[in-house]
Amino acid sequence: MRTAFIQTLTDAAAADRRVTLVVGDLGFGVVTDFAGQFPDQFLNVGVAEQNMTSVAAGMALAGRIVFAYSIANFPTLRCLEQVRNDVCYQGADVTIVAVGGGVAYGALGATHHATEDLAVMRAMPGMNVIAPGDPLETAAATRAAAAGIGPTYLRLGRSNEPTVHAGQLPWSLGRAIRVREGRDLTLIATGGMLPTAVAAAEQLDQSGHAARVLSMHTLKPLDTQAVLLAARETGTIVTLEEHSIIGGLGGAVAETLCEAGLGNVRFQRIGLPSAFTKEVGDQEYLRRHYGLDVESVVRRVTELFEQGPRAGADIP
Amino acid sequence: MSVDLRQLANRIRLRVVEMSHRGRSSHVGSSLSMADLLAVLYGRILRIRPDAPDDPERDRLILSKGHGCAALYAVLAETGFFPVEWLATYYQNGSRLAGHATADGIPGIEVSTGSLGHGLGMACGMALAARRDGRPYRVFTLLSDGECDEGSTWESVLFAPHHGLENLVAIVDYNKIQSLGHVKDVLDLDPLAEKWAAFNWAVREIDGHDLGAIEATLREVPFTPGKPSCLIAHTVKGKGVSFMEDELLWHYRSPQNDEYRRAIEELEDQ
Repeated sequence: MRTAFIQTLTDAAAADRRVTLVVGDLGFGVVTDFAGQFPDQFLNVGVAEQNMTSVAAGMALAGRIVFAYSIANFPTLRCLEQVRNDVCYQGADVTIVAVGGGVAYGALGATHHATEDLAVMRAMPGMNVIAPGDPLETAAATRAAAAGIGPTYLRLGRSNEPTVHAGQLPWSLGRAIRVREGRDLTLIATGGMLPTAVAAAEQLDQSGHAARVLSMHTLKPLDTQAVLLAARETGTIVTLEEHSIIGGLGGAVAETLCEAGLGNVRFQRIGLPSAFTKEVGDQEYLRRHYGLDVESVVRRVTELFEQGPRAGADIP
Repeated sequence: MSVDLRQLANRIRLRVVEMSHRGRSSHVGSSLSMADLLAVLYGRILRIRPDAPDDPERDRLILSKGHGCAALYAVLAETGFFPVEWLATYYQNGSRLAGHATADGIPGIEVSTGSLGHGLGMACGMALAARRDGRPYRVFTLLSDGECDEGSTWESVLFAPHHGLENLVAIVDYNKIQSLGHVKDVLDLDPLAEKWAAFNWAVREIDGHDLGAIEATLREVPFTPGKPSCLIAHTVKGKGVSFMEDELLWHYRSPQNDEYRRAIEELEDQ
């Protein structure tokens, strides 16, 4: 995703000299070529994320289309009030880019795990929240943001994520992509969980549960129509996110279902517990530990079906 | 056309006291301490046109100490950016003038501020973009002394000289009182000018109520070619109303009926 991002941004910067990349002294091996190619469209502010965000907002208010880039929680939580006041409140054309969404930085530990970012960024007024599911979605999202769509959060994985989509991608902001068809349930995935959702769906198919897969690359604005359609047509919704169970994709989908009177649809959130990990390991290890690997997802869904037609029906 | 700076500063003060009284709002002392600075900036220094507040080549002023906005609204109204009648609605239900500088449709307000330690960073971004885009405009920002406690302020102080932002001017309204006490007692900033100078700013110190000195000094920016300029303006909180001067109370209190009348009388005599 990182590579797709910088390649797309490089093309955008060549085409439009307003497109500017601001970094907080991170991006080794990623941003070097961009910096050399577009010195007037690149800025390393140093290890100072509050100033990075304010400077990005100031440049945007002076006519630039700015991408403020760092890793994990540094461009979001570290400078949250700058994000809220300087970017969102002013409606500045700033896209905040965080590499290492979820537990991508594995063994670096909990300081480097971005596991509440989606919830917090969703809560920011006027903010678009995008977590692409593969490199093609990353490129499409970057192209969209480079046109200037106002305050935006772009959450990326790291590198070498598999490409899920094939051919021309029908990507647009706030429109879920139906990656796979199925009648019995819908797996809704955001960010780097998309390949897991597709693989789990294939296994579930073989055990008689035909799963639709939606790539919910945009958490805000949420494609509520796709959620409601999936609920009505498939009756079961399972959300998948490499993020705290609180306030991310699962929360957003639950809000949508309940407010539409579909609170009794069979529904399961799969995500990370609201806890700091005590485990040490790489992304795959941690995903497995927290039940975000393909086998765990298949098991959770199978158990859900074994519980009966409607989980909510048991609640008095 | 040349504005009488003394009169303009005095009108700002009268408006501030009226607005604070009518709106029962805080920060009257913070607004009064920078009235002379704003009078010079809007009367003489800033290259702006009230009839074209969005002119791309205009100088920008960011009120980083957004809580002093009553004085900013007053000077904008007095210099023709919007009708003075708007001032009567300040801080009241349904008004467009909030208690912190709000850029939402108010001509002349560049950015919304209110939380401390944000303005200088945004000013840095604007100044850098202006220079890279070959634009002639300058960016001024007015800070409080209290917000020099904020770490984010010092991130920006470090940034600007590194990038040689000579089109950037930071003015510190050093009125020596912050939210809970005198700066010296809460978190001492002295020697403040030396701190900015050590970060490679070109620094001047003046009496922030000496209109001639403010104008003469601000006409000389950049103080040193290739460096951002910092003006430490030594001011008195509540300046212009004797019983408000250097009194912490007037960071918060809005003048009640008798206080309001006495303040207006004093200002009308000046």
